[in-house]
Amino acid sequence: MTQFLIRRIFWAIFLFLVATIITYLIFWVIPSDPAALAAGKSATPADIARVSHFLHLDEPIWKQYLRFVWQLVRHGSLGESFVNRQPVRTIISKDAPVTASLVFGGAVLWLSLSIPVGILSALRPRSIMDRVTMTLVLIGISAHPVWIGLIFSYVFGYKLGLTPIAGYCNFFPGTVGAQCEGPVQWAYHLILPWCTFMILFAALYVRLIRANVMETMNEDYVRTARAKGASQQRVMIQHVLRNSMLPVVTILGMDLGLALGGAIFTEGIFNLPGLGREIVQAYNRADLPLITGIVVFSTIAVIVFNFIVDVTYGFLDPRIRPS
Amino acid sequence: MAVNALEVKDLSTSFRTDDGIVKAVSGVSFELAPGSTLGVVGESGSGKSVTFLTVMGLVDPRQATVSGSVLLQGEEMLGASQARMRQIRGRTIGMIFQDPMTSLNPVKTIGWQLQEAVLIHQDVSKKEARQQAIDILKEVEIPRADQRIDDYPHQFSGGMRQRVMIAMALINNPEILIADEPTTALDVTTQAQILRLMKKLQAEHETAIVMITHDLGVVAELADQVIVMYGGKVVEQAKVDDLFVKPEMPYTWGLLGSLPRLNATGARLDQIPGQPPSLLNPPSGCPFHPRCEFVMNICRTELPGLNASTVGDEHLFRCHLDEEARNRIWTQKKAALVSEDAA
Repeated sequence: MTQFLIRRIFWAIFLFLVATIITYLIFWVIPSDPAALAAGKSATPADIARVSHFLHLDEPIWKQYLRFVWQLVRHGSLGESFVNRQPVRTIISKDAPVTASLVFGGAVLWLSLSIPVGILSALRPRSIMDRVTMTLVLIGISAHPVWIGLIFSYVFGYKLGLTPIAGYCNFFPGTVGAQCEGPVQWAYHLILPWCTFMILFAALYVRLIRANVMETMNEDYVRTARAKGASQQRVMIQHVLRNSMLPVVTILGMDLGLALGGAIFTEGIFNLPGLGREIVQAYNRADLPLITGIVVFSTIAVIVFNFIVDVTYGFLDPRIRPS
Repeated sequence: MAVNALEVKDLSTSFRTDDGIVKAVSGVSFELAPGSTLGVVGESGSGKSVTFLTVMGLVDPRQATVSGSVLLQGEEMLGASQARMRQIRGRTIGMIFQDPMTSLNPVKTIGWQLQEAVLIHQDVSKKEARQQAIDILKEVEIPRADQRIDDYPHQFSGGMRQRVMIAMALINNPEILIADEPTTALDVTTQAQILRLMKKLQAEHETAIVMITHDLGVVAELADQVIVMYGGKVVEQAKVDDLFVKPEMPYTWGLLGSLPRLNATGARLDQIPGQPPSLLNPPSGCPFHPRCEFVMNICRTELPGLNASTVGDEHLFRCHLDEEARNRIWTQKKAALVSEDAA
């Protein structure tokens, strides 16, 4: 177990270095002038040079990178935004709950739809229900989130007036200057983004779960259970489900980790102030510290979720449980 | 005479597939006396496994059409309700399968799986079920049974897992044990142990055993009665001694010829040329005729009926060859086998 953890930590450090170095390299390659953007429209060349020096942009890129690593290791700081001088950590800790609300709420919805539908499809392959489901799945997989989001927002928000068209409310009351707050408003504003997420992922997951359940039902041990006289219900719950959920856990962990790094399209459509929208803005303003900060956060999210997957996997499957 | 443990009459099973109807089993009949052993021999795809999956009611009713009669201790099982079939499975008939590596659920302890078999059929406490599980594990000679009961299948070797499978099939003390190639996936020394164990348990529990196999050696070791299946049909059936004294059917001769013999130095194993027949487009006439070295014109058009042999009673076979020809050919074959053994 200790060895497992040590290997994990080294792997995490390695991933962190690779991800941040690539971010810095890309930033260095693309033609941009962050100092000019930060200095404002009416700045003179002398102003820009001063800003450039102040932001350490006149140093070589490797030196900037080392400064970033040093600040992180020494002060636990991700630096400050080029644009508004706010600490990156403050910005991320403001945005991350929004993205997390979207991703986890969406995950609950898409799982509670795709698990029963996937299982029912697997139980009756080629039935009418299965065929209808598979057609819807194909549509769901083919549709782009922007399109789904816009259609939802237009139909349910604008035409029918059932939901807000866009916007976000904090779950916890007490935010200064908030227009709306509290769990009810929070959920009300997130319904459409959640449903957009649900359509996208449920399509993939129905297929995945259907395929896994069908495969598991053909396993020899399922035949053994039937030969023992187990009822269909018992066979499904005790023998098929846990075994067929193993691959789903892996994929779910990866998807959650990735999505936490920013659901760019969905947040954009519904104007949710999360990490996805933040990173797009940061790119537009060439705000390197903020971009790097969000990349670091996503990397950590992926690593953490992979770790959770491994632990869950060991819990579900005794064959790979570390003894 | 006491009522038979199992009596199958004219059983046929066919499956609807995308390519057409597959006649996996056609017109199979046999009887199994209480406490006796029936060997069922045939190549892969001869219908031997499907026959007994049908008896167990384990073929998918949406794909399979079944006709004939299956009498279990006098009770008709074809058309019985699902609820009744579930009572039968695991209680009156236990079944073990070919591959012990994949036949146990990998995420449950073997104790859990044994107890499940008890709790489905008996109204006992979990504690009592666990005790029964430990007892049966001791009976199948698993060392330290009271500790190993909490282990997972992957912590056991193949032979040990097959012992667990046998324990699971026998835990409710069934009248019949159907063993579908129980030793095929095991190495030779383990095979012998498993066969000895089955013999011992059969004597103690007075269980009737159906031994499905392609290994005539296993049949010679265990069986009282043998049926040889080919292309979904019974092509020869006999008491085991009669079958080895005088097999009457060219396919059975082929099976005997293809047995490896220890002292046949350097001689090649005889093989039956060709492939098992397609059950989708079965050959006309005798199913074996495309591979038979003694094929005659009549074989291509007419399925031979089940004739009675002159050797042994209740010895039936399907072949158009006349008595004189069969005697002559078997005498030659036997001489060849014996001279190889002597060499």
